[in-house]
Amino acid sequence: MNGKRSILFVSLAVSVLLGIFLGSGVFTFVSAHGDSYLSNDPAVCVNCHVMREQYDGWLHGSHHAVATCNDCHLPHDNVVHKLWVKASNGYHHSKAFTLMDFHEPIQIKPGNAQVLEANCVRCHQAITSEITAHGTLGVPTDPGQRADLYGCVRCHQEVGHGPKS
Amino acid sequence: MTAPKLPLFSRPVVRLGLVAAGAALATAMVLSLYASVARHKAEAQQTSVHLVDLDEHTIDPAVWGKDFPRQYDGYKRTSERTGTKYGGGGSETLAPEKIETDPRLKTIFDGYAFALDYRNRRGHAYMLEDQRTTKRVTERPQAGSCLHCHAATTELYRQKGLENGAPGNLDAAFGSPDAQAQLMKGFEAVCKMPYLEATKLAKHPVACIDCHDPKTMALRVTKPGFMVGIDALARSQEPVPHLPSIEKWRQGDRSVPYDANRDASRQELRSMVCGQCHVTYYCGPKATLFFPWSKGLKVEEMEATFDEYKFADGHRFFDWKHARTGAEVLKAKHPEFEMWSQGIHARSGVSCADCHMPYMREGAVKISDHHVQSPLLNISRACQTCHRFPEAELKARVEAIQDRTHALLGRAEDALVELIGDLQKAKAAGVPEAKLEAVFELQRKAQWRIDCINAENSMGFHAPQETARVLGEAIDFSRQGQLSLRDVLARERPKG
Repeated sequence: MNGKRSILFVSLAVSVLLGIFLGSGVFTFVSAHGDSYLSNDPAVCVNCHVMREQYDGWLHGSHHAVATCNDCHLPHDNVVHKLWVKASNGYHHSKAFTLMDFHEPIQIKPGNAQVLEANCVRCHQAITSEITAHGTLGVPTDPGQRADLYGCVRCHQEVGHGPKS
Repeated sequence: MTAPKLPLFSRPVVRLGLVAAGAALATAMVLSLYASVARHKAEAQQTSVHLVDLDEHTIDPAVWGKDFPRQYDGYKRTSERTGTKYGGGGSETLAPEKIETDPRLKTIFDGYAFALDYRNRRGHAYMLEDQRTTKRVTERPQAGSCLHCHAATTELYRQKGLENGAPGNLDAAFGSPDAQAQLMKGFEAVCKMPYLEATKLAKHPVACIDCHDPKTMALRVTKPGFMVGIDALARSQEPVPHLPSIEKWRQGDRSVPYDANRDASRQELRSMVCGQCHVTYYCGPKATLFFPWSKGLKVEEMEATFDEYKFADGHRFFDWKHARTGAEVLKAKHPEFEMWSQGIHARSGVSCADCHMPYMREGAVKISDHHVQSPLLNISRACQTCHRFPEAELKARVEAIQDRTHALLGRAEDALVELIGDLQKAKAAGVPEAKLEAVFELQRKAQWRIDCINAENSMGFHAPQETARVLGEAIDFSRQGQLSLRDVLARERPKG
């Protein structure tokens, strides 16, 4: 009766609103190229134009032909770790770029700096094994020592994407 | 009997209502996220602040400078006095006279306007003013061809073209057949005018519009001489591995002429826009200005092109008859594009702009430095991106190349001056010109080679080994000329 009619009405409203929500959600996802972030393509990282300096620097940089963004900025020790860091970075980037509350010029976070350092060593191990035998500048083996945020990159600043960025 | 009332949040209606409200709120958030994404994407398109509209009628670089202030600032800085060991204007008001610092040049150019006034270069900002005030123009009649490289010519050529019967109007898009027809017709018409008349049509030195499309800022070539020349080069047999779009065009059916604006890559255009003017060419009253590229870009290939070219009166091409010897000789003008093409940098894909307009960072923005200057004045940005050595070492390396070239050039000039002297003596001794034809030919060859290197502004750096080869040939031809003269004199005046 009256109760049934109001339930029907409200159910209809819920369906419609949920539908609208799902639809606009999908539309936003597609419009923001959400699926592109599953790939490895550096051009995807520059969907956000705040990354132009870094992309441009990488295009002209020495590691252009041998490493993409993901090769250096994501861990490659195991898949779960890689996907976790990718997802977490993606979330933080989206939040930061939407709310525009990040430090400029962009600065890498300590966790990501460690990921980066580990990747330098991963490829250049043969050359650097003597140097890193007692821990890199970035991640010392002695837990009593503080980690230097920059490590390899402190001196080799331009190899990724240009000076200081 | 009424059913007992459920607590508020257990009622289905209320729960459904809350879900509905939640969905509505979530939709609002998703849509505001969408709006944020859309706003950022729109912002990404805006690479410069658009204060004024630019179009094909905007010639004045100051107006372009309102939208692109950083590039305009760089462009204006070409008015600064700069000097390197072998080039530049130095710090005086007018650049020093090359014919004073090297008086052999007065002998070599005797009979031609360059013997009158030949100063070292100043920056791009002065190109029109210096052309108008040089004695070569004020004291000798010159053709309107000279305007092709020293003024912003897109609109003025089209205007003249329309006056001479070309189709369409000035609003036609630059790439359209009408506009191109206007450009070519106007170019031919202006070349025929006397310089002093033609220069009244020009208001600005080479400006933004000569290299950039006003709507997209894409690089483009606009100088008719270059467009015709590069098509001639494409049709030639000469391999040009440093210009891959030409090699690609050659493999096609060639039914449509090579068009740099359509076919060349952006990196190639970064050299071609400079190659519109930094070339050797014929600039005079007897024919429309042309680049001698139909056999290739090497010194001997351009010489062969000139040697086979006949003026309208059937006479073989020459720039002037040497006042002291009577030989019909050639004049080279700043063949930087041709010499660069022979060097290792061109072969490695390094364009003119990579060294002479390197990228610079101003705050958060990265732009090409429009202060076109010698890379020696900008070593860290021009050279050190690729050559990771200290500045002093790089400068020393360049100057070593230039010193060697300069020494070889000096030797070649001495040989030529001696040949000219010997020819004068032979003529004074009464040997008729007809008997001296072979020696004149050698003077022409030597003079052309020396001039190609002298007029080129890198003092050998663009292609050191090729430069040395060319100068070696020049010395050889001069000395051959002297030896040949001895034989001629011996025949004409046998002893005993």
